[in-house]
Amino acid sequence: MRILVVGGGMGGTILANNLARRLSGEIKAGKASITMLSASDKHMYQPGLLYVAVGKMTPDELYRDQVSLLESSITFRVDPVTKFNLKENNVVTESGKQYDYDVIVISTGSRAHAEGTPGLNENAAQFYTESDAVKMFKTLQNFEGGKVVVAVGVPHKCPMAPLEITFMLADYFKERGIWDKVQLHYTYPIGRVHSLEPVAKWAQPEFDRLGITYETLFNMKEVTPDKVLSEEGTEEEYDLLVTVPAHKGMQVIEDSDLGPGGFIPTNRTRLNIEGYENAFVIGDTTNLPISKAGSTAHFEAEALAENIASTIKIGTPVRDYDGKVFCFIEAGEGKATYAMFNYQNPPDPKAPTKGIHWFKTAYNKMYWASARGLL
Amino acid sequence: MSERKLVDAKNTFCPGPLMELIGQMKMAEIGDELEILSTDQGSANDIPEWINKVGHEMVESFEKEGVWHIVVKKTK
Repeated sequence: MRILVVGGGMGGTILANNLARRLSGEIKAGKASITMLSASDKHMYQPGLLYVAVGKMTPDELYRDQVSLLESSITFRVDPVTKFNLKENNVVTESGKQYDYDVIVISTGSRAHAEGTPGLNENAAQFYTESDAVKMFKTLQNFEGGKVVVAVGVPHKCPMAPLEITFMLADYFKERGIWDKVQLHYTYPIGRVHSLEPVAKWAQPEFDRLGITYETLFNMKEVTPDKVLSEEGTEEEYDLLVTVPAHKGMQVIEDSDLGPGGFIPTNRTRLNIEGYENAFVIGDTTNLPISKAGSTAHFEAEALAENIASTIKIGTPVRDYDGKVFCFIEAGEGKATYAMFNYQNPPDPKAPTKGIHWFKTAYNKMYWASARGLL
Repeated sequence: MSERKLVDAKNTFCPGPLMELIGQMKMAEIGDELEILSTDQGSANDIPEWINKVGHEMVESFEKEGVWHIVVKKTK
Protein backbone atom coordinates (compact mmCIF):
# COMPACT_ATOMS: atom_id res chain seq x y z
CA MET A 1 0.00 0.00 0.00
CA ARG A 2 1.74 3.13 -1.26
CA ILE A 3 0.51 6.25 0.56
CA LEU A 4 1.50 9.58 -0.94
CA VAL A 5 1.15 12.79 1.11
CA VAL A 6 1.48 15.97 -0.95
CA GLY A 7 2.25 19.01 1.16
CA GLY A 8 4.39 19.36 4.30
CA GLY A 9 2.41 21.89 6.29
CA MET A 10 0.60 21.21 9.53
CA GLY A 11 -2.06 18.90 8.07
CA GLY A 12 0.27 16.79 5.96
CA THR A 13 2.85 16.49 8.73
CA ILE A 14 0.39 15.43 11.44
CA LEU A 15 -1.30 13.00 9.07
CA ALA A 16 1.94 11.39 7.92
CA ASN A 17 3.28 11.00 11.48
CA ASN A 18 -0.02 9.65 12.78
CA LEU A 19 -0.22 7.13 9.93
CA ALA A 20 3.41 6.10 10.35
CA ARG A 21 2.72 5.16 13.97
CA ARG A 22 -0.55 3.38 13.22
CA LEU A 23 1.03 1.44 10.34
CA SER A 24 4.45 0.79 11.91
CA GLY A 25 3.98 -2.97 11.66
CA GLU A 26 2.85 -2.85 8.04
CA ILE A 27 5.73 -0.52 7.14
CA LYS A 28 8.32 -2.77 8.83
CA ALA A 29 6.85 -5.75 7.01
CA GLY A 30 7.12 -3.96 3.69
CA LYS A 31 3.34 -3.97 3.21
CA ALA A 32 2.92 -0.19 3.43
CA SER A 33 4.99 2.90 2.66
CA ILE A 34 4.50 6.62 3.24
CA THR A 35 6.10 9.22 0.99
CA MET A 36 5.77 12.97 1.50
CA LEU A 37 6.39 15.48 -1.29
CA SER A 38 6.82 19.11 -0.30
CA ALA A 39 7.86 22.40 -1.87
CA SER A 40 10.35 23.16 0.93
CA ASP A 41 12.77 21.46 3.30
CA LYS A 42 11.61 23.91 5.99
CA HIS A 43 8.39 23.87 8.00
CA MET A 44 6.96 27.23 9.00
CA TYR A 45 4.76 27.94 12.02
CA GLN A 46 2.46 30.23 10.08
CA PRO A 47 0.51 31.80 12.99
CA GLY A 48 3.82 33.28 14.16
CA LEU A 49 3.78 35.71 11.23
CA LEU A 50 1.15 37.76 13.05
CA TYR A 51 3.64 38.32 15.86
CA VAL A 52 6.50 39.09 13.42
CA ALA A 53 4.34 41.84 11.90
CA VAL A 54 4.19 43.68 15.24
CA GLY A 55 7.75 42.93 16.36
CA LYS A 56 6.90 40.26 18.95
CA MET A 57 8.73 37.40 17.19
CA THR A 58 11.52 37.16 14.63
CA PRO A 59 11.30 34.91 11.57
CA ASP A 60 14.03 32.49 12.69
CA GLU A 61 11.71 31.39 15.53
CA LEU A 62 9.15 30.15 13.00
CA TYR A 63 11.12 27.43 11.21
CA ARG A 64 12.27 23.84 11.73
CA ASP A 65 13.78 21.37 9.28
CA GLN A 66 10.83 19.38 7.95
CA VAL A 67 12.69 16.09 8.16
CA SER A 68 13.28 16.68 11.90
CA LEU A 69 9.49 16.67 12.45
CA LEU A 70 8.80 13.40 10.61
CA GLU A 71 8.85 9.81 11.75
CA SER A 72 11.98 8.14 10.37
CA SER A 73 9.90 5.61 8.41
CA ILE A 74 8.49 8.38 6.19
CA THR A 75 10.28 9.01 2.90
CA PHE A 76 10.56 12.79 2.46
CA ARG A 77 11.34 14.51 -0.85
CA VAL A 78 11.53 18.21 -1.70
CA ASP A 79 9.96 17.90 -5.11
CA PRO A 80 6.74 19.86 -5.59
CA VAL A 81 3.95 18.30 -7.63
CA THR A 82 3.28 19.95 -10.97
CA LYS A 83 0.40 17.72 -12.10
CA PHE A 84 -2.11 15.49 -10.33
CA ASN A 85 -3.37 12.58 -12.45
CA LEU A 86 -6.05 11.16 -10.16
CA LYS A 87 -7.53 8.82 -12.76
CA GLU A 88 -4.12 7.24 -13.33
CA ASN A 89 -3.21 7.24 -9.60
CA ASN A 90 -0.01 9.21 -10.09
CA VAL A 91 1.51 12.66 -9.80
CA VAL A 92 4.32 14.30 -11.77
CA THR A 93 6.82 16.52 -9.98
CA GLU A 94 9.03 19.48 -10.74
CA SER A 95 12.03 17.17 -11.17
CA GLY A 96 10.14 15.25 -13.86
CA LYS A 97 9.60 12.14 -11.74
CA GLN A 98 6.32 10.25 -11.62
CA TYR A 99 5.07 8.99 -8.25
CA ASP A 100 2.46 6.20 -8.36
CA TYR A 101 0.22 5.67 -5.34
CA ASP A 102 -2.59 3.58 -3.94
CA VAL A 103 -3.81 6.34 -1.60
CA ILE A 104 -3.12 10.07 -1.92
CA VAL A 105 -3.68 12.87 0.58
CA ILE A 106 -3.48 16.41 -0.76
CA SER A 107 -2.59 19.09 1.79
CA THR A 108 -0.99 21.80 -0.29
CA GLY A 109 -2.59 24.70 1.62
CA SER A 110 -3.59 28.18 0.52
CA ARG A 111 -1.85 31.49 -0.09
CA ALA A 112 -2.71 35.14 0.18
CA HIS A 113 -3.61 36.51 -3.23
CA ALA A 114 -3.45 40.28 -2.93
CA GLU A 115 -2.92 40.45 -6.70
CA GLY A 116 -6.63 39.62 -7.11
CA THR A 117 -7.64 43.05 -5.82
CA PRO A 118 -6.39 45.92 -8.00
CA GLY A 119 -3.89 48.11 -6.17
CA LEU A 120 -3.86 46.07 -2.95
CA ASN A 121 -0.43 44.50 -3.29
CA GLU A 122 1.18 47.84 -4.11
CA ASN A 123 -0.42 49.84 -1.32
CA ALA A 124 -1.20 47.63 1.68
CA ALA A 125 0.85 46.17 4.52
CA GLN A 126 0.25 42.42 4.91
CA PHE A 127 1.70 39.56 6.93
CA TYR A 128 1.08 36.19 5.25
CA THR A 129 4.69 35.62 4.16
CA GLU A 130 7.93 36.13 6.06
CA SER A 131 9.03 39.00 3.83
CA ASP A 132 5.62 40.71 4.01
CA ALA A 133 5.47 40.40 7.80
CA VAL A 134 8.96 41.90 8.22
CA LYS A 135 8.13 44.65 5.73
CA MET A 136 4.92 45.41 7.63
CA PHE A 137 6.81 45.77 10.90
CA LYS A 138 9.29 48.18 9.31
CA THR A 139 6.35 50.16 7.92
CA LEU A 140 4.81 50.33 11.40
CA GLN A 141 8.12 51.52 12.85
CA ASN A 142 8.12 54.48 10.47
CA PHE A 143 4.45 55.34 11.06
CA GLU A 144 4.02 58.41 13.23
CA GLY A 145 0.24 58.73 13.24
CA GLY A 146 -2.85 59.04 11.05
CA LYS A 147 -5.70 56.84 9.92
CA VAL A 148 -5.03 53.10 9.84
CA VAL A 149 -7.60 51.00 7.97
CA VAL A 150 -7.82 47.22 8.30
CA ALA A 151 -9.44 45.64 5.22
CA VAL A 152 -10.31 41.96 4.75
CA GLY A 153 -10.66 39.77 1.64
CA VAL A 154 -12.66 36.53 1.25
CA PRO A 155 -11.81 33.71 1.74
CA HIS A 156 -8.89 34.10 4.12
CA LYS A 157 -6.68 31.89 6.24
CA CYS A 158 -7.24 32.15 10.00
CA PRO A 159 -10.65 33.72 10.60
CA MET A 160 -9.42 35.33 13.81
CA ALA A 161 -6.57 37.17 12.05
CA PRO A 162 -8.55 40.35 11.22
CA LEU A 163 -9.57 40.85 14.84
CA GLU A 164 -6.20 39.80 16.24
CA ILE A 165 -4.15 42.11 14.04
CA THR A 166 -6.48 44.99 14.97
CA PHE A 167 -6.11 44.44 18.71
CA MET A 168 -2.37 43.88 18.31
CA LEU A 169 -2.02 47.10 16.31
CA ALA A 170 -3.78 48.98 19.11
CA ASP A 171 -1.30 47.50 21.60
CA TYR A 172 1.64 48.34 19.32
CA PHE A 173 0.63 52.00 18.95
CA LYS A 174 0.00 52.29 22.70
CA GLU A 175 3.45 50.86 23.46
CA ARG A 176 4.96 53.35 21.01
CA GLY A 177 3.11 56.15 22.80
CA ILE A 178 1.36 57.36 19.64
CA TRP A 179 -2.14 55.89 20.22
CA ASP A 180 -3.56 59.41 20.60
CA LYS A 181 -2.31 60.20 17.08
CA VAL A 182 -3.87 57.10 15.49
CA GLN A 183 -7.40 56.49 14.24
CA LEU A 184 -7.76 52.72 13.87
CA HIS A 185 -10.64 51.76 11.56
CA TYR A 186 -11.70 48.14 11.11
CA THR A 187 -13.72 46.91 8.14
CA TYR A 188 -15.32 43.49 7.67
CA PRO A 189 -17.07 41.76 4.76
CA ILE A 190 -20.34 40.73 6.46
CA GLY A 191 -22.91 42.56 8.56
CA ARG A 192 -21.14 42.21 11.95
CA VAL A 193 -17.52 42.56 13.06
CA HIS A 194 -16.80 38.81 12.98
CA SER A 195 -18.29 35.77 11.28
CA LEU A 196 -18.91 34.05 14.62
CA GLU A 197 -21.82 35.88 16.23
CA PRO A 198 -20.67 35.34 19.86
CA VAL A 199 -17.21 36.62 18.93
CA ALA A 200 -18.74 39.64 17.20
CA LYS A 201 -20.87 40.37 20.27
CA TRP A 202 -17.73 40.39 22.41
CA ALA A 203 -15.47 42.27 19.95
CA GLN A 204 -17.78 45.17 19.08
CA PRO A 205 -17.97 46.61 22.63
CA GLU A 206 -14.21 46.05 22.91
CA PHE A 207 -13.76 48.21 19.81
CA ASP A 208 -16.04 50.85 21.38
CA ARG A 209 -14.08 50.76 24.64
CA LEU A 210 -10.75 51.16 22.84
CA GLY A 211 -11.98 53.82 20.43
CA ILE A 212 -11.56 51.61 17.36
CA THR A 213 -14.10 52.55 14.70
CA TYR A 214 -15.62 49.93 12.40
CA GLU A 215 -17.63 49.44 9.25
CA THR A 216 -19.37 46.23 8.21
CA LEU A 217 -20.50 44.97 4.78
CA PHE A 218 -17.22 46.25 3.33
CA ASN A 219 -15.63 44.09 0.61
CA MET A 220 -12.53 45.44 -1.08
CA LYS A 221 -12.97 46.18 -4.76
CA GLU A 222 -9.99 48.39 -5.56
CA VAL A 223 -7.21 50.20 -3.73
CA THR A 224 -5.56 53.49 -4.66
CA PRO A 225 -2.55 55.07 -2.89
CA ASP A 226 -4.85 56.92 -0.48
CA LYS A 227 -8.19 55.12 -0.32
CA VAL A 228 -9.82 51.70 -0.47
CA LEU A 229 -13.08 51.30 -2.38
CA SER A 230 -15.68 48.66 -1.58
CA GLU A 231 -17.99 46.48 -3.67
CA GLU A 232 -20.81 48.05 -1.69
CA GLY A 233 -20.06 51.51 -3.10
CA THR A 234 -18.35 53.06 -0.06
CA GLU A 235 -14.74 54.16 0.32
CA GLU A 236 -12.28 54.77 3.13
CA GLU A 237 -9.31 57.10 3.01
CA TYR A 238 -6.20 55.88 4.82
CA ASP A 239 -2.68 56.82 5.78
CA LEU A 240 -1.77 53.18 6.38
CA LEU A 241 -3.71 50.23 4.98
CA VAL A 242 -3.32 46.83 6.64
CA THR A 243 -4.91 43.91 4.87
CA VAL A 244 -5.87 40.29 5.25
CA PRO A 245 -6.04 39.55 1.51
CA ALA A 246 -8.36 37.08 -0.16
CA HIS A 247 -6.72 33.67 -0.46
CA LYS A 248 -6.46 31.07 -3.21
CA GLY A 249 -5.39 27.47 -3.20
CA MET A 250 -2.15 26.46 -4.90
CA GLN A 251 -1.81 26.98 -8.65
CA VAL A 252 -1.12 23.27 -9.26
CA ILE A 253 -4.65 22.47 -8.02
CA GLU A 254 -6.17 24.75 -10.64
CA ASP A 255 -3.69 23.57 -13.31
CA SER A 256 -4.80 19.98 -12.63
CA ASP A 257 -8.50 20.98 -12.89
CA LEU A 258 -9.16 19.77 -9.35
CA GLY A 259 -11.15 22.78 -8.19
CA PRO A 260 -11.89 26.45 -8.89
CA GLY A 261 -9.76 28.86 -6.93
CA GLY A 262 -7.44 26.00 -6.01
CA PHE A 263 -9.94 24.52 -3.55
CA ILE A 264 -10.94 20.88 -4.12
CA PRO A 265 -14.57 19.67 -3.74
CA THR A 266 -14.33 17.47 -0.64
CA ASN A 267 -16.72 15.24 1.28
CA ARG A 268 -17.31 16.99 4.59
CA THR A 269 -17.09 13.89 6.81
CA ARG A 270 -14.92 11.37 4.94
CA LEU A 271 -12.64 14.04 3.38
CA ASN A 272 -12.35 12.20 0.08
CA ILE A 273 -12.35 14.09 -3.20
CA GLU A 274 -15.84 13.80 -4.63
CA GLY A 275 -15.79 10.87 -7.07
CA TYR A 276 -12.63 9.23 -5.72
CA GLU A 277 -12.35 6.67 -2.92
CA ASN A 278 -8.53 6.73 -2.66
CA ALA A 279 -7.89 10.49 -2.89
CA PHE A 280 -8.32 12.74 0.14
CA VAL A 281 -7.94 16.42 0.99
CA ILE A 282 -7.22 18.15 4.30
CA GLY A 283 -6.55 21.67 5.52
CA ASP A 284 -6.96 24.83 3.48
CA THR A 285 -7.03 22.84 0.22
CA THR A 286 -10.61 21.63 0.78
CA ASN A 287 -13.60 23.61 -0.43
CA LEU A 288 -15.42 22.89 2.84
CA PRO A 289 -17.27 25.90 4.27
CA ILE A 290 -15.30 25.80 7.51
CA SER A 291 -12.40 27.80 8.93
CA LYS A 292 -9.13 27.74 7.05
CA ALA A 293 -7.02 27.26 10.15
CA GLY A 294 -4.21 25.08 11.45
CA SER A 295 -6.52 23.42 13.94
CA THR A 296 -8.92 22.42 11.16
CA ALA A 297 -6.05 20.72 9.33
CA HIS A 298 -4.94 19.12 12.61
CA PHE A 299 -8.31 17.57 13.47
CA GLU A 300 -8.96 16.52 9.87
CA ALA A 301 -5.53 14.87 9.75
CA GLU A 302 -6.19 12.86 12.91
CA ALA A 303 -9.57 11.62 11.67
CA LEU A 304 -8.27 10.79 8.21
CA ALA A 305 -5.15 9.00 9.46
CA GLU A 306 -7.33 6.82 11.65
CA ASN A 307 -9.60 6.02 8.70
CA ILE A 308 -6.81 5.27 6.22
CA ALA A 309 -5.14 2.98 8.77
CA SER A 310 -8.38 1.20 9.63
CA THR A 311 -9.22 0.75 5.97
CA ILE A 312 -5.87 -0.98 5.49
CA LYS A 313 -6.30 -3.08 8.64
CA ILE A 314 -10.02 -3.99 8.61
CA GLY A 315 -11.26 -2.75 5.24
CA THR A 316 -13.40 0.16 6.41
CA PRO A 317 -13.13 3.69 7.87
CA VAL A 318 -14.11 3.96 11.52
CA ARG A 319 -15.18 7.55 12.07
CA ASP A 320 -16.35 10.79 10.50
CA TYR A 321 -14.60 14.15 10.71
CA ASP A 322 -17.08 16.15 12.81
CA GLY A 323 -16.05 19.64 11.65
CA LYS A 324 -14.04 20.38 14.79
CA VAL A 325 -12.16 23.69 14.85
CA PHE A 326 -10.31 25.36 17.73
CA CYS A 327 -9.06 28.93 17.39
CA PHE A 328 -7.19 31.07 19.88
CA ILE A 329 -8.16 34.75 19.78
CA GLU A 330 -5.53 37.27 20.86
CA ALA A 331 -7.56 40.09 22.41
CA GLY A 332 -4.82 42.63 23.15
CA GLU A 333 -3.79 44.03 26.54
CA GLY A 334 -2.11 40.71 27.33
CA LYS A 335 -5.35 38.71 27.19
CA ALA A 336 -6.76 36.03 24.89
CA THR A 337 -9.71 33.69 24.55
CA TYR A 338 -10.65 30.85 22.21
CA ALA A 339 -13.51 29.51 20.10
CA MET A 340 -14.19 25.79 19.68
CA PHE A 341 -16.98 24.40 17.53
CA ASN A 342 -17.94 21.67 15.05
CA TYR A 343 -20.66 21.02 12.49
CA GLN A 344 -23.31 20.61 15.19
CA ASN A 345 -22.22 22.77 18.12
CA PRO A 346 -21.70 26.54 17.86
CA PRO A 347 -18.84 28.25 19.70
CA ASP A 348 -19.31 29.81 23.10
CA PRO A 349 -16.19 31.93 23.71
CA LYS A 350 -15.53 33.13 27.25
CA ALA A 351 -14.18 36.49 28.37
CA PRO A 352 -10.47 36.89 27.51
CA THR A 353 -7.98 36.16 30.28
CA LYS A 354 -4.26 36.57 30.80
CA GLY A 355 -4.02 32.81 31.38
CA ILE A 356 -5.23 31.97 27.87
CA HIS A 357 -2.86 34.53 26.40
CA TRP A 358 0.04 32.82 28.18
CA PHE A 359 -1.18 29.43 27.00
CA LYS A 360 -1.26 30.74 23.43
CA THR A 361 2.25 32.13 23.90
CA ALA A 362 3.36 28.71 25.16
CA TYR A 363 1.61 27.02 22.22
CA ASN A 364 3.73 29.13 19.86
CA LYS A 365 6.61 26.98 21.16
CA MET A 366 4.66 23.75 21.71
CA TYR A 367 3.49 23.73 18.09
CA TRP A 368 6.44 21.56 17.12
CA ALA A 369 5.28 18.82 19.46
CA SER A 370 1.85 19.13 17.87
CA ALA A 371 3.29 18.75 14.35
CA ARG A 372 5.19 15.66 15.48
CA GLY A 373 1.86 14.28 16.70
CA LEU A 374 2.82 14.34 20.36
CA LEU A 375 0.31 16.98 21.50
CA MET B 1 -23.75 30.04 -20.68
CA SER B 2 -24.85 30.78 -17.13
CA GLU B 3 -25.51 27.99 -14.65
CA ARG B 4 -26.86 27.54 -11.12
CA LYS B 5 -24.26 26.47 -8.59
CA LEU B 6 -25.11 24.94 -5.22
CA VAL B 7 -23.20 26.26 -2.18
CA ASP B 8 -23.79 23.97 0.79
CA ALA B 9 -23.15 26.00 3.95
CA LYS B 10 -25.44 23.96 6.22
CA ASN B 11 -24.29 23.39 9.79
CA THR B 12 -21.27 25.65 9.58
CA PHE B 13 -20.50 28.58 11.84
CA CYS B 14 -17.24 30.04 10.58
CA PRO B 15 -16.76 31.64 8.10
CA GLY B 16 -20.53 31.24 7.78
CA PRO B 17 -23.02 31.28 4.90
CA LEU B 18 -22.70 34.93 3.83
CA MET B 19 -18.89 34.86 3.84
CA GLU B 20 -19.07 31.61 1.85
CA LEU B 21 -21.41 33.23 -0.67
CA ILE B 22 -19.17 36.29 -1.03
CA GLY B 23 -16.19 34.07 -1.82
CA GLN B 24 -18.14 31.99 -4.33
CA MET B 25 -19.61 35.09 -6.02
CA LYS B 26 -16.09 36.35 -6.73
CA MET B 27 -15.38 33.17 -8.70
CA ALA B 28 -18.72 33.16 -10.54
CA GLU B 29 -19.39 34.66 -13.97
CA ILE B 30 -21.87 37.48 -14.53
CA GLY B 31 -25.25 35.85 -15.11
CA ASP B 32 -24.51 32.80 -12.94
CA GLU B 33 -27.02 31.86 -10.26
CA LEU B 34 -25.84 30.61 -6.88
CA GLU B 35 -28.14 28.73 -4.51
CA ILE B 36 -26.81 28.82 -0.97
CA LEU B 37 -28.10 26.38 1.63
CA SER B 38 -27.99 27.54 5.24
CA THR B 39 -29.30 26.30 8.57
CA ASP B 40 -28.62 29.73 10.10
CA GLN B 41 -31.91 31.62 10.29
CA GLY B 42 -29.97 34.91 10.23
CA SER B 43 -28.98 34.14 6.64
CA ALA B 44 -32.54 34.94 5.54
CA ASN B 45 -31.87 38.54 6.51
CA ASP B 46 -28.16 39.19 6.15
CA ILE B 47 -27.69 37.61 2.72
CA PRO B 48 -30.49 39.68 1.09
CA GLU B 49 -29.13 42.78 2.87
CA TRP B 50 -25.71 42.27 1.28
CA ILE B 51 -27.16 41.40 -2.12
CA ASN B 52 -29.22 44.57 -2.04
CA LYS B 53 -26.28 46.72 -0.97
CA VAL B 54 -23.93 45.38 -3.67
CA GLY B 55 -26.58 45.33 -6.37
CA HIS B 56 -26.80 41.66 -7.31
CA GLU B 57 -30.25 40.12 -7.96
CA MET B 58 -32.22 38.12 -5.40
CA VAL B 59 -33.97 35.37 -7.35
CA GLU B 60 -35.79 33.60 -4.52
CA SER B 61 -35.56 32.72 -0.86
CA PHE B 62 -37.47 29.96 0.91
CA GLU B 63 -37.21 27.65 3.90
CA LYS B 64 -37.70 23.90 3.53
CA GLU B 65 -37.30 21.39 6.35
CA GLY B 66 -35.14 23.71 8.42
CA VAL B 67 -32.84 24.69 5.55
CA TRP B 68 -32.87 28.15 3.98
CA HIS B 69 -32.43 28.18 0.20
CA ILE B 70 -31.37 31.59 -1.11
CA VAL B 71 -30.84 31.99 -4.83
CA VAL B 72 -28.77 34.92 -6.08
CA LYS B 73 -27.86 36.03 -9.60
CA LYS B 74 -24.53 37.75 -10.17
CA THR B 75 -25.17 40.95 -12.13
CA LYS B 76 -21.86 42.82 -11.98
